[in-house]
Amino acid sequence: MTDVTPATSDDEPILSLRGISKQFGAIEALSDVSLDIYPGEVVAIVGDNGAGKSTLVKVLAGVHPASSGTISYRGDEVSLSNPTDARDLGIATVFQDLALCDNLDVVSNLFLGRELGTRALDEVEMEQQTWALLRQLSAKIPSVRTPVAGLSGGQRQTVAIARSLIGNPSIVVLDEPTAALGVAQTAEVLNLIEHLRERGHGIVLVSHNMADVQAVADRVVVLRLGRNNGDFAVVDVTYEDIIAAITGATDNAVSRRAGLTGATFTRIKEGLSS
Amino acid sequence: MSTSDTQPPTNNTPAVELPPASGLAESWAAFRSRVRGGDLGAIPVVVGLALIWTIFQILNPTFLSSANLVNLAMQSAALGTIALGVVLVLLLAQIDLSVGSLSGLAAAILAVTFTQLNWPLPFAILAALAAGALFGWFYGFLLTRFGVPSFVITLAGLLGVLGLQLWVLGKLGSINIPFDSGIVQFAQLMFLPAWLSYVLAGLATLAYVGTHLSLANRRIRAGLLPESRTAILLRGALMIVALLFGAWYLNTDRGIGLMFLLFVVLVMAVNFALKRTRWGRSIYAVGGNVEAARRAGIRVDRVYISVFVVSATLAALGGILAASRLAAANQSSGGGDTNLTAIAAAVIGGASLFGGRGSAWSALLGIVVIQSISSGLTLLSLDSSVRYMVTGAVLLLAVIIDSMSRRSRALHGRF
Repeated sequence: MTDVTPATSDDEPILSLRGISKQFGAIEALSDVSLDIYPGEVVAIVGDNGAGKSTLVKVLAGVHPASSGTISYRGDEVSLSNPTDARDLGIATVFQDLALCDNLDVVSNLFLGRELGTRALDEVEMEQQTWALLRQLSAKIPSVRTPVAGLSGGQRQTVAIARSLIGNPSIVVLDEPTAALGVAQTAEVLNLIEHLRERGHGIVLVSHNMADVQAVADRVVVLRLGRNNGDFAVVDVTYEDIIAAITGATDNAVSRRAGLTGATFTRIKEGLSS
Repeated sequence: MSTSDTQPPTNNTPAVELPPASGLAESWAAFRSRVRGGDLGAIPVVVGLALIWTIFQILNPTFLSSANLVNLAMQSAALGTIALGVVLVLLLAQIDLSVGSLSGLAAAILAVTFTQLNWPLPFAILAALAAGALFGWFYGFLLTRFGVPSFVITLAGLLGVLGLQLWVLGKLGSINIPFDSGIVQFAQLMFLPAWLSYVLAGLATLAYVGTHLSLANRRIRAGLLPESRTAILLRGALMIVALLFGAWYLNTDRGIGLMFLLFVVLVMAVNFALKRTRWGRSIYAVGGNVEAARRAGIRVDRVYISVFVVSATLAALGGILAASRLAAANQSSGGGDTNLTAIAAAVIGGASLFGGRGSAWSALLGIVVIQSISSGLTLLSLDSSVRYMVTGAVLLLAVIIDSMSRRSRALHGRF
């Protein structure tokens, strides 16, 4: 966990998605979506409700395998057909509901499903590693031995993110990490995301909140109606540009193509949430 | 296994900067804040037990006589073993209503195979335990494969297994187990020699103090806050005094029954499995948040099935012990109030019906409470009508305390 690969500047993505489509029956939640994730980079995925953000997260997590398209990990084609595949590849996902066990303490939650110790559990080693990890993330957790039910929303988010880092994943996917948090707690989580970037993880940040995205993301990928609708570097894009891409008011090549093929479906799809 | 609740220093050389070991005052303060937050642990049941013992002692001075306490311990073993299995199932927020029938079936299988088919005793016992394990597996299979609630599965099991018990017993309906057989001797007549009971008390205390001190040392080396040495030694001293006094007092009569010792050893083994192994951790996780456990990679189905197998096997063992103590198996073995008493014992002892909370010691404490009430009322020559009503009231009280402390925990942001 401590041997972190530093942020590299080469142009080789860790994970590349090409032409990813996902159908649920007659509904096409994702069509022909592409996404590259680089080490040491925060890529934000934004879009309106029903744009396919959550579906894309589930494809990355292996919860819903893609119907078609290719996924390559460091150049080799791979399949993400279940959550174990994703985890073995080094893709850790923090879902919006955090999936913590409220009756267990922080240490137990962090190591749940991969406890240390040969015969009996090695609580000392696990607690030590927990403190080391929380310290690296500059996380403020008062005690690692109280049940997580006693922690604030931001602290719970921190625990969930810290848990995803056990096993040193190359990619961390965060689904709406600030959605339920107050101002101070949101700042805490955004700091945490920057720490993750410094550690060299590739980070996928799914968010509704443009302020958060502009604060920490390096790149913004816009989804609209299940399709790519823009891929911007945060430094040379304005808030208005992103909003325009999200709502479809923009005039770029991608949206124009999408508009030509998808105009009749637009109204139907708008009512559906992915 | 209490661990420190405070944050270790956040610098890179923690071993040097470590504050002095948390003292007694800090331990006491942490304990008080836990209790105020609604994390009552074993306090209500221990206080309740003290009350019950005091009241019955005032009403009838023979209640706390060593002869009565020896009997109390022997009566607790069989039902307590069943309750131990129920605790495991409750931790998963499931229920097994058929533990009584399972214990009756095990008693019947033991009696028939041992006395009528003349199997060697170990094989007869294994057959009875295997029958329990098989039903446990079947319940777990139905639960995980078809998603039928365990309440309904085990309700069907209650009836079906009872039928099987009657069929195994055959026309006779009641089979005596020879009084000179090893298992009956074990359950009725075998007691720890006095010297051995004192040696075991000493060894248990040494083991407790030794493991806690070495854990404290490991924590210091790892840069974590250790448990206070004074607190460990103080608890060790209390433990040796309590154990020696208890052993001495019981030894003034017949002493500590081997069957009760077996029960206590089982409780300690289950406690170790729950607190110190992956399997135990996964049980608490599934009981706390099954979806989180599944996403953490825990094979939830295996946890359910294994717990039902262990729980049903413990129920069968309880039935074997009960039959041995009675020196017979009959149509009412495991019938009547066995089921509900075992479940009530687990709940009174502090296992939450909501899952994820409780410990192996819940079974021991709960069954001692129930048997104390039963024994005390018998000494007062009150019949079973009063016993049922009082036990029912105590169960109600235990569930109210559980729900209230749950609400208080919610208020204080604890689980």
